Amino acid sequence: MTLQAAQGGAVSAAPPSRIPDRRRVLTMRRRTWIASALFLLPAVAYIVLFFGAPIVKNLTMGFQDYTTATFYNGEAPWVGFQNYVDMFESPVFSIALSNTFVFTIASIAGQFVIGLAFAVFFRRRFPLAGPIRALMLLPWLLPLIVTGAIWKWLLDKDSGAINRILEALHLTSTGIPWLDSPSLALLSVILVNIWIGIPFNLTIFYSGLQSIPDELYEAASLDGATGWKAFRHITWPMLRPVTNVVLVLGVVYTLKVLDIILGLTNGGPANATQTLATLSYNLSFTQFEFGQGAAVSNVLILISLLFAAVYLRLSRRSEAAE
Amino acid sequence: MSARRRGISTALAILILIVLLFPVYWMVNTSLQPNGATVTAQWFPFDPSFHGYEVALAEQAGNILTSVLVASGSVVLTLFVAAPAAYAIAQALPRRSGPLMLVVLVTQMIPGIVVANALYVWYSDLGLLNTIPGLILADSTAGIPFAIIILQAFMAGLPVGVLEAARMDGAGQLRVFLSIAVPMSRNALITSGLFAFLFSWSDFLFALTLTTSPDVRPVTLGIYSYLGAYVNDWSPVMATSVLASLPAVVLLLVAQKYIAAGTTAGAVK
Repeated sequence: MTLQAAQGGAVSAAPPSRIPDRRRVLTMRRRTWIASALFLLPAVAYIVLFFGAPIVKNLTMGFQDYTTATFYNGEAPWVGFQNYVDMFESPVFSIALSNTFVFTIASIAGQFVIGLAFAVFFRRRFPLAGPIRALMLLPWLLPLIVTGAIWKWLLDKDSGAINRILEALHLTSTGIPWLDSPSLALLSVILVNIWIGIPFNLTIFYSGLQSIPDELYEAASLDGATGWKAFRHITWPMLRPVTNVVLVLGVVYTLKVLDIILGLTNGGPANATQTLATLSYNLSFTQFEFGQGAAVSNVLILISLLFAAVYLRLSRRSEAAE
Repeated sequence: MSARRRGISTALAILILIVLLFPVYWMVNTSLQPNGATVTAQWFPFDPSFHGYEVALAEQAGNILTSVLVASGSVVLTLFVAAPAAYAIAQALPRRSGPLMLVVLVTQMIPGIVVANALYVWYSDLGLLNTIPGLILADSTAGIPFAIIILQAFMAGLPVGVLEAARMDGAGQLRVFLSIAVPMSRNALITSGLFAFLFSWSDFLFALTLTTSPDVRPVTLGIYSYLGAYVNDWSPVMATSVLASLPAVVLLLVAQKYIAAGTTAGAVK
């Protein structure tokens, strides 16, 4: 619809030759401006409706008693900070907060180190490096709930492949309760999340490494700097802008993770893998306490925005450096 | 590097690949196990059975169709919304592209559960719960910002001279966009479209929160409902997982260069 409007405007204003040049340029500029606005309209409308408005809605719901009843009688009484008081007093919230912290830090550390190591390894030129690197993307492209299903089966206590391999290697004789034990479940979920993130980190670091000129390494090797020394004095400092971006984006994306946890453990056992994202989901969609779910998700928004701000500062600084 | 060291590198890379892709192999292997044999699954499917796929197709064919419709709809919506916006930002407002693109980047950081909380409330008022259009709109939250980023980066690189010449000849903005910018951005459009499909196909959160009946149920939710109960026969679950992984595999094999481009463009640009 908007596109047709743009076209109509443009066609009717086809350049009449008698208008003086300056006016012609002006009308053309204005027409360009109107056309751009119309081109932007669908995206602006979508972003306002599907990103802006939901944030506002969560903020207001956080101050309301928004429950199943609301859907029948339309009443959502204002309760001030009651949802937040309840949230901070509930023991599950502090568990979820610390789980979110551990899950995010450990996942990112694992993905980062392994992804970077693989990227450095693939920088060596050897036969089949390209196709192998491409195939390694697969874990990242699979739907997350599929990954959850695969790993739930792999980590099954009685007949999962991981325990069967460990038993075959005589590393354990009894099945390890990867997902059933409150002390192991978070670790298992983290390991799975690292598995998912390795390809992404590998790809980003690999493309970052491509921009480091070979001459640097050649010059350094003349000075005797190879291997670890070359990594520390060339690769690491040259990759700095990429590592910043990877880390901040990693945090923001990991905070959101929900599919894998719901697929693997549903936040259990005994809230051992409950994070802010799963807690918000559970409050809203299994207990139908939308006000409380919104309060938790507002904490999540706050943390994400904090890291978004860090990201913006870093990217502005690297732009300034260029 | 000597030939021998290169050989060792390749061997090591293959070893890494095998370890890394073992879970994927195990999914395929389990999906081919005969009825009731998954607990003692063989390490190789020496005696492949399609029992898992028969069950999976009987139970999930409708859900797969729903996923195809939703994902295809998302591609159309994503390109319709993102391409003109990216063109306007790249070509007409290059000086304002910084702040505009920041807004787009920030939308990518908003947790899906935030959007789901609000959409559920509105959808239930508007009657959009359990509908394919409702899912298409919600699932495009992943594709649209991503597509704007990719397309804007690409369209900023279009030769200004060609576009300017067309404008001087009296072509309207829409004509320039449709008959010059769009064909020249073919690769970027394909990349965005493929990712929009993949994002929407893989969506689980909106499928979980915005559908309440089995009538409209994407395959991701079908898999999740298997996982809800105790699983005693994993071959249909893994067969469904294989079917749900097909788009990713096909894209990786057929459109590998686009996938690699999308992966790096999304983060580095």
